[in-house]
Amino acid sequence: MLELRAITAGYHTKAPVVRGASLTVAPGESVGLLGPSGCGKSTLARVAALLHRPDSGTLLLDGEPVRSWRHRAPRAQRTAFGVVFQQPRLSADPRLRLTDLIAEPLRATGRRGGIEERVCELAASVGLTPDLLDRRPHEVSDGQLQRACLARALALRPRWLICDEMTAMLDASTTAALVAAVEDYRATSGAGLLAVGHDQVLLDRWCDRTIHWEDVTGRTTPTTGRLPQASGRRQPSVVPPAGER
Amino acid sequence: MTSRPPVLSVRGLSVRFLMPGGRRIAAVTDAHFDVAAGECLALIGESGCGKSVLASALLGLLPANAQAAGEARLGCLDLLTADERTLARRVRGRLIGLIPQSPAAHLTPVRTVRSQLEETVAALTGTRGRAAVRVASETAAERAAFPTGHLDSHPHELSGGLAQRAATALALVGGAPLLLADEPTTGLDRDLVDHTVDELRRHVDSDDHEDGTGRALLMITHDLMAAERIADRVAVMYAGRIVELTDARTFFGTPGPRHPYSRGLLQALPQRAFTPVPGMPPELGDLPDGCAFAPRCERASEACTALPSMSGQVACHHPHVPEDLRA
Repeated sequence: MLELRAITAGYHTKAPVVRGASLTVAPGESVGLLGPSGCGKSTLARVAALLHRPDSGTLLLDGEPVRSWRHRAPRAQRTAFGVVFQQPRLSADPRLRLTDLIAEPLRATGRRGGIEERVCELAASVGLTPDLLDRRPHEVSDGQLQRACLARALALRPRWLICDEMTAMLDASTTAALVAAVEDYRATSGAGLLAVGHDQVLLDRWCDRTIHWEDVTGRTTPTTGRLPQASGRRQPSVVPPAGER
Repeated sequence: MTSRPPVLSVRGLSVRFLMPGGRRIAAVTDAHFDVAAGECLALIGESGCGKSVLASALLGLLPANAQAAGEARLGCLDLLTADERTLARRVRGRLIGLIPQSPAAHLTPVRTVRSQLEETVAALTGTRGRAAVRVASETAAERAAFPTGHLDSHPHELSGGLAQRAATALALVGGAPLLLADEPTTGLDRDLVDHTVDELRRHVDSDDHEDGTGRALLMITHDLMAAERIADRVAVMYAGRIVELTDARTFFGTPGPRHPYSRGLLQALPQRAFTPVPGMPPELGDLPDGCAFAPRCERASEACTALPSMSGQVACHHPHVPEDLRA
């Protein structure tokens, strides 16, 4: 069970991006988190993936409260998560060949033997052909690089997958292929999934249930950090809600 | 719509990149299409199929190692043989307005929208004098529905939708008969996508252009929903070739597209079957002699080892026929 309780998080303590957000993902369940650009859903996903320390609130991993984030988190907790980000170009080291990119988590956790076979297996599961594995990120397309990033996220057989706008930059066919690869992995491993996005049709089709950002934060006004369309200036990311806390 | 003379007429456009070691990348091969005034043609396909290279070729912005062949007529001018001086002084901004992929990155970050708009107005129109330029740039902002109250904002202060409108305002200043939008909706959320394409459509339909005909729009996109919303006609590109060119209503409605690749793309949508086209697009540097889609195609046969020619609206040896209701 992955439980977020009353999480408040952000980049300035005085103006948190996320306030009082609660969310639960059961083992093997897939949950879609739907919200407009700039509402703070990616920040919440980073908290859930132990990548961002919240200002307050509790994150429970199988009933155990998480006490440390990022590199301070115990390895067993860190490696329980696989994360795929929106922009493959920004989340891939441009110097690494795809095979090393996929193998990075294996090497980082000290696995020595069988790396090559495991990389081949992972590459096949996301539909990457062997000839692509010797290339560096600038030599492949966005879709191919995102496939490699997904393979990297699956390398340590995570129990939880966090996909933050995984397909926002991709075309329809690559989107469908990546979602199918995630679902194949979940079918064999029983991993839980938190998929963050702004495409309701996609999340409804992909996930067991889709929740809206307002329901997570328990507020009715979705205008929190919503970049205003008619008024141009970026507002302070959170308007303090009336009657909270 | 087709009775109008085309604004842009592309005939046999091919682009080759020469790589070190003598390799040749066939980015665009033998493209034929027209775009008329008041019409939107959506060019769709997977990323890396050569769509953006085609746009760069029309603007004369190909890198030095690229060679373009064929013909792209804009009025009486051939864009492919025009020299840099003509392209810079007559084409970019004046005959073709570019609406870029990522408007926030396209705008100069250290200057306000007003200053960029005024510079563009002064450079592209005959307006002279500070007061006149100021008025003209406010008019230009209004035309793209950019609120004048935000003209003094810097690009980082704008939301995605407003940055898009600022970029559109800049593209419209020169009164270009052809608008070229290169993935204008990538990364935007669905409401913003709908909003952006509706505004683009408005500029196609509006007759504020000097000869009262509206503009022609060539929109390059991999977002099929955006294409469905805006396009009159659809061209599907695969591995550098246009494999299907047809009416948008037929394409997205019934009987649907005829090329197996186009059908596969539509079936990948989460609104439809949500099944990917199997495999991945081929390398543009190593294309097969025959149909490039054959390795991924369930209809492929012996005939597909020969290159299919564009007959009618589709380049395929085994296109779906309209009577084929089962498929």
